[in-house]
Amino acid sequence: MIQLILSRFATSLLVIFGASVLVYCIMYLLPGDPVLLMLDPSSATPEMIANLRAQLGLDQPFYIQFANYFGDMLRGDFGQSMVNSDPVLPKILEHFPATLALTALSSLIAITIGITLGVLSAIHRNGVIDVVARLVGLFGISMPTFWTGILLILLFSVQLGWFPAMGADGFSSLVLPAATLGLVGAGFIVRMVRNSMLEVINEPFIVALRAKGLSERAIMYGHALRNALIPAVTVIGMLIGDLLAGTVVVETVFSRQGIGRIIADALMAKDLPVVQGVVFFTSIIYVVLNLLVDISYSYIDPRVRRAVRT
Amino acid sequence: MSMKPLTGHKKTWAGNARSTGIVGKARLWRWNRLPWQRRVSSAVSQLFLYTALLIVIFTVACAIVPGWIAPYDPTQMMTDAILQSPSASHLFGTDYFGRDIFSVVVHGSRDSLLIGFASVLVGGLVGSALGILAGYAGGLVDTVTMRAVDILMALPGVLLALSVAAALGPGLLNIALAVAVASIPGYARVMRGQVMSVKNLPFITATRSLGGSNARIFWKHVLPHSLSPLLVMATLGVGTSILTGSGLSFLGLGVLKEIPDWGALLSQGRGYLTVAWWICTFPGLAITLFVLAVNLIGDDIRDRLDPKVKGAA
Repeated sequence: MIQLILSRFATSLLVIFGASVLVYCIMYLLPGDPVLLMLDPSSATPEMIANLRAQLGLDQPFYIQFANYFGDMLRGDFGQSMVNSDPVLPKILEHFPATLALTALSSLIAITIGITLGVLSAIHRNGVIDVVARLVGLFGISMPTFWTGILLILLFSVQLGWFPAMGADGFSSLVLPAATLGLVGAGFIVRMVRNSMLEVINEPFIVALRAKGLSERAIMYGHALRNALIPAVTVIGMLIGDLLAGTVVVETVFSRQGIGRIIADALMAKDLPVVQGVVFFTSIIYVVLNLLVDISYSYIDPRVRRAVRT
Repeated sequence: MSMKPLTGHKKTWAGNARSTGIVGKARLWRWNRLPWQRRVSSAVSQLFLYTALLIVIFTVACAIVPGWIAPYDPTQMMTDAILQSPSASHLFGTDYFGRDIFSVVVHGSRDSLLIGFASVLVGGLVGSALGILAGYAGGLVDTVTMRAVDILMALPGVLLALSVAAALGPGLLNIALAVAVASIPGYARVMRGQVMSVKNLPFITATRSLGGSNARIFWKHVLPHSLSPLLVMATLGVGTSILTGSGLSFLGLGVLKEIPDWGALLSQGRGYLTVAWWICTFPGLAITLFVLAVNLIGDDIRDRLDPKVKGAA
């Protein structure tokens, strides 16, 4: 088991390095000169362009640029904002707790609603709860996140006045943004858990358990559910990462000051070091989440544990 | 020896099924429905599917010939009809410039659908090609390709699309390319898995032993038998791509045009939410209905092609 953890950890480090290469390439090597994105092309002189390029180190060969960039990253220097020269990493760390709270609550909502509805939907197939769950699943994956947020603002803030439409003061301001992301996540989880449960319920071992005389409740919740949730762990882990990325839109809709809002503002201002820093920071968290999912999978699934031991 | 059928309970603890009472068969008695219930359920499913097809056809028609469907010019500013609520003359109301929202939504469908279909085309082709190559060639090619895909997957799809869009700048094709790049890993992984399972099937081995060349085996046997998951993914991918593309437009990375696409229109209407809820509501409804329809069609295609689902139905 220790070997598995170490090998997964080593792979994750390689993936993080690869992600840093990818982020750097995207920001600086794709068509779309970052210098021209920063300067007004109609008024920039060649001298201004050359000066800015030298200032940013973009006149160096690619491998020098990347070595400087990666070395700075390892020292915790994610560069400076091109708008106000503030260091990027402290700004990210300052706003990350708000995003973390939003992601945590929305994940909780998504997992609770998704697994409950998915399981009940499969057990009571073709019943009312199955129809409701399938509608939740279908609408959850079809509605744009920003539109869901706007509708929730219209109903619960403008019409009913129950929750604030924007800001980050206290738990009440977290409810609507978390519900927005949570509903989307619940849609994915409901569909996945339902399909997984239906596959397991039709397995021969379930028939054998019924033949042995076990109660339906014991079969569904003691045996089928445990097997059906194994693939759910992988999906839920990736979904939490996607919810973290989804905060970009939600924090814009609800005007919350998290890292999603930072990146949205940086995009409008074409502040590439900030965009780059936030994307890289988020990719580290995403890779760590997937690592935890991989490790937990080997604990949950006895077949994986047996394979690891042999 | 004859099997004595079991008798006994006719109701489950869920209270919605009847026992078949037959020993030796798979006792899916919890989901046995009466014939009329099965007919009604099938009819309802068919109704949903046809409605979804109609929505898709209508939306595509809006994108192709918007002038035939929109009652007004989308750039026409009717100063006597500013911020009017939905009515018979303005189905979706008007905005702060006096533009008819229904006409803007109809005309804006072209850019939104172009982003969706173009990104699926590019992402699907590139991703599938990588996955098929990795799956069929195996060895070092597979290792290198899949590690590259793993690195792409290190970034959540939305952030990858956002980064590419930010680097490329605003523009319809740039957004489509950004969304396509984010979708490549998914196609690559699925097609790799599919090709790897097909190339090890007995009939492929038999073809090879009969002297079939690699090229013939690949083009005539492996590729055609590997395409069904691609069809499902592409159909469902149109919806996901439109959602991602609309999100990028909402954040301001979209096309700066006189006629905004659905995401940009929604973004423009945010400031008027308390006085003109319809500016945000109807573009969002258009996105939701189209993506919902595409997802229903994609689910139906998957259910028809997936043998496990066929057995469980």
